[in-house]
Amino acid sequence: MSAQAKEGQAPDLVNVEIDGKPVSGPKGAMIIELTDAAGCAVPRFCYHKKLSVAANCRMCLVDVEKAPKPMPACATPVMEGMKIYTRSKRALDAQRNVMEFLLINHPLDCPICDQGGECELQDVAMGYGRSVSRFTERKRVVADEDLGPLVATDMTRCIHCTRCVRFLHEIGGTTEMGGMGRGEHTEISTYIGRSLASELSGNIIDVCPVGALTNKVFRFRARPWELIAKASVGYHDSLGSNLWMHLRRGEVMRCVPRENEAINEVWLSDRDRYSHAALGHAERITEPMITVDGKLVPTDWDSALTAAIDALRQTRDEHGAEQIGALVSGQVSSEELYLLQSLIRSMGSQNIDHRLRQLDLSDSHRLPTTPSLGGSLADIAKAPAILLIGSHPRHDQPLLGHRVREAWKHGASIGSLHSARFACVYDSDWDQIAAPGDFPARLARLIAAAAADADQALPADVAELVAAHPANDEDRTFVASLRKDGARILLGDFAVRHPQAALLRQLAHHLGVLTGASVGEIADSANGMAGWRLGAVPHRLPAGAVASVPGLDAVEMIRQPRRAYVLYGAEAPEDFALGGEAVSALAQADAVIAFASYNHPTLAAHASVVLPIGLLPECGGTMINAEGSAQRVQPAAKLPGQTRPGWRVLRALGGRMDLEGFDFSDIAALQALVDAQLAESTEHQYRVDEIISDASQGEGLEAAVVVGIYAGDAVLRRAQPLQNTVLAERPLMRISPADAQSLGLEGSGHTRLGDGREVAVEIDPEVAAGTVLVSAGLASTLPGLSTGTRVKLGNPEQGHG
Amino acid sequence: MSSHAILKRDSQDYGKVQDIDPLVVLSDATRKEIDHWLTKFPPDRKRSALLAALRVVQEQNNGFLDDRVITAVAKYLELPPTWAYEVATFYSMYHVGQCGRHKVSICTNISCWLRGADQLVEHVENSLGIKLGESTADGRIHLVAEEECLAGCVRAPMMLVDGHYHENLSPESVDEILKALD
Repeated sequence: MSAQAKEGQAPDLVNVEIDGKPVSGPKGAMIIELTDAAGCAVPRFCYHKKLSVAANCRMCLVDVEKAPKPMPACATPVMEGMKIYTRSKRALDAQRNVMEFLLINHPLDCPICDQGGECELQDVAMGYGRSVSRFTERKRVVADEDLGPLVATDMTRCIHCTRCVRFLHEIGGTTEMGGMGRGEHTEISTYIGRSLASELSGNIIDVCPVGALTNKVFRFRARPWELIAKASVGYHDSLGSNLWMHLRRGEVMRCVPRENEAINEVWLSDRDRYSHAALGHAERITEPMITVDGKLVPTDWDSALTAAIDALRQTRDEHGAEQIGALVSGQVSSEELYLLQSLIRSMGSQNIDHRLRQLDLSDSHRLPTTPSLGGSLADIAKAPAILLIGSHPRHDQPLLGHRVREAWKHGASIGSLHSARFACVYDSDWDQIAAPGDFPARLARLIAAAAADADQALPADVAELVAAHPANDEDRTFVASLRKDGARILLGDFAVRHPQAALLRQLAHHLGVLTGASVGEIADSANGMAGWRLGAVPHRLPAGAVASVPGLDAVEMIRQPRRAYVLYGAEAPEDFALGGEAVSALAQADAVIAFASYNHPTLAAHASVVLPIGLLPECGGTMINAEGSAQRVQPAAKLPGQTRPGWRVLRALGGRMDLEGFDFSDIAALQALVDAQLAESTEHQYRVDEIISDASQGEGLEAAVVVGIYAGDAVLRRAQPLQNTVLAERPLMRISPADAQSLGLEGSGHTRLGDGREVAVEIDPEVAAGTVLVSAGLASTLPGLSTGTRVKLGNPEQGHG
Repeated sequence: MSSHAILKRDSQDYGKVQDIDPLVVLSDATRKEIDHWLTKFPPDRKRSALLAALRVVQEQNNGFLDDRVITAVAKYLELPPTWAYEVATFYSMYHVGQCGRHKVSICTNISCWLRGADQLVEHVENSLGIKLGESTADGRIHLVAEEECLAGCVRAPMMLVDGHYHENLSPESVDEILKALD
């Protein structure tokens, strides 16, 4: 055996021989990594390529020449000249013996086990197990515990591989499970039977090699061999996680991750995994509806389309095209965004916007073609420093939280600015909680620290702001780490939806220029990037061309009510920053043409025409994620009732109105049109200009509206399994103990708002002083309440209880 | 085995301990001793102090551990409570759940087993009316569920009573030793 690498070969490679074939691999790699790469099947249970090595199942024993006994392939590093035999008698005997031990306590209840047919234990037992068990003693039985509404347990089947324990500690970061007891009495369990609170908990189902952890929602509903897998992507955040939908006769039975190293690696967030539960919700609209005598009644497509066209034409002819406004969810497919803006612009209106949750759109003209993440998603995990401005990634884009955690595990300094300190899976070196109005000041302090030794001059207005907020030592230390190569500054959902978003962008930009860190913005809706690129904004046409006469943006369309609205895939008030105002604008309109998938009280009250459209899993389409990668999804699930894909409905409307660009006949032709727009694009760069935001002034606590992890869109709000979890949003306000004291609130309870309405209030030491943190669900029921507005909580005499 | 019953909880049990304050639950003396053990490990290796911390808190808590003190130790050391629970349920020197004052562990490993440990266990179980892992109703004696070899093989069978070795046992001598406990 020679310890010397071959001449001309990279020094970090070693040469080994696997089953007689020469293979080379990186120094320090484990045998199993090389056998996997070489395509030699080595059975394993505890080894998982994304988790630490535990080497506790012993199933991967292989024969290594000159080793005195079989070696675990997952925990034996390769050495130069090593000869490995995976199929020799000694290797196979060792594997068979381990298999027999593993099966001793396993119930072998495959016929009633949900894992049956896709079980690693079953597969390996077929290959290595004896056909008859020699074990005649009693098997152990383990009581189950309730891990919550997503993961079902049959712990008797557990073989203690600890993949779930390692997943929740290493990836999830919540360390919610452990191996309790010892020896034969070892049980994988949570701490005192607590249900899982990880936003990634569903992944323990995938990593479990046996039927101990199964999908509670999917349980006993189908066998794996009845399912057809269709590739899809998640549409609840802007990562666009890759997944497989498993369908039976057109119904999505479950979703599992589809490996994509650049986006979701091998994981999937719970909301992408379980949102399919809402596809068959009772509130799905299955037929078109029109208003007759003030009531929505079902009708046929022909009448509904005619009614929609008549309403739009009437508004245009009587009041002018600028009285038509289109409010479109940033969650719908690129094809729909493109066709809708095409329809609206062909009618002569420029009023279209997908930024329904954003408040400050004043810098629209200065923004780049699309928001930019400032680098790849995968590189976030390698960044030496990350500043998260208004981002709670665990809830906003769960797998982004995992990337930040990876960076932190590699020693990155994390900085965070938000209105509350959320439960994070990393520690922050620069951990700021501040009322929304104080965000600019906190960033100004970082700029002050960065500018102290820089030779670039700041614009006068920024310099003035910075001068008012001198840096402290903590700021200086964190800025020093932001100067490291590869550092990232990320504006998250709360920053993008902040009432001074333009100013925050501007300050982030200056900080980036001064420190060399890249500045990125995380698109706050699943397909917002396409909204920008395909013209679903009032001031830019598809491919980034500038509109000669810009239309009204989402905020203006709501604050200056239009006579006719097209409401596309969005629900009012829940999907709007200005929810209450949006509902009253819709109420005042002569016509509301709603493209919707679910019934909603606002539709019943104010829609004139309801056109039922399908969702992404049903219709497919192109989605562009926060990195800018376009991913095409094929239609897979069955459309309920008379529901049609949105693009078909838009095509029918445009075709009937003889509009230009609506003469394609199938999705391929449409996608060619979209691709052409995506291919050519006018690039805009971010332009710095004078500060245009004003801080909100007034008395009372400043509201910070935060969208819950399972409250972001119509589908999630109806996904019952997710709503049953401990992470689901509760409609309440949270205030800091200091504010509670000055208001005279002694404990959590109810209080009255200025207008007499009673709301639940919780005292939470993690909320910034001067702030009232409001769940978006509650905020949408309180007209006039959005981030930055002042809330006056009543004194306890009025109603504290 | 009784340890299983201790492990199975529901979320209400967690609700009872999630807000506890370690500074209230752990006495000054306990915290002082835990702090002493913490000095022996690097600051980012507080997990290493778990063994000592649980032993100290068990002394404070009348010889047994419960959800309250395990959680308090985890919070004090800033560790996931799961880790403290894993350790507490792994080692036979920790007694999870309310149990009798005197901890009696009869070794059943190979040397003691060859010298009749099984019969000793049966005798003690019958005379006390409890199984291994259980405590007498008067709270006097707790029979530890399982004890690994305590290196007393040379005078097997042996047992450990409150940390003291008793060797060359016979049913009669065991009865005498147990009777002498208060």
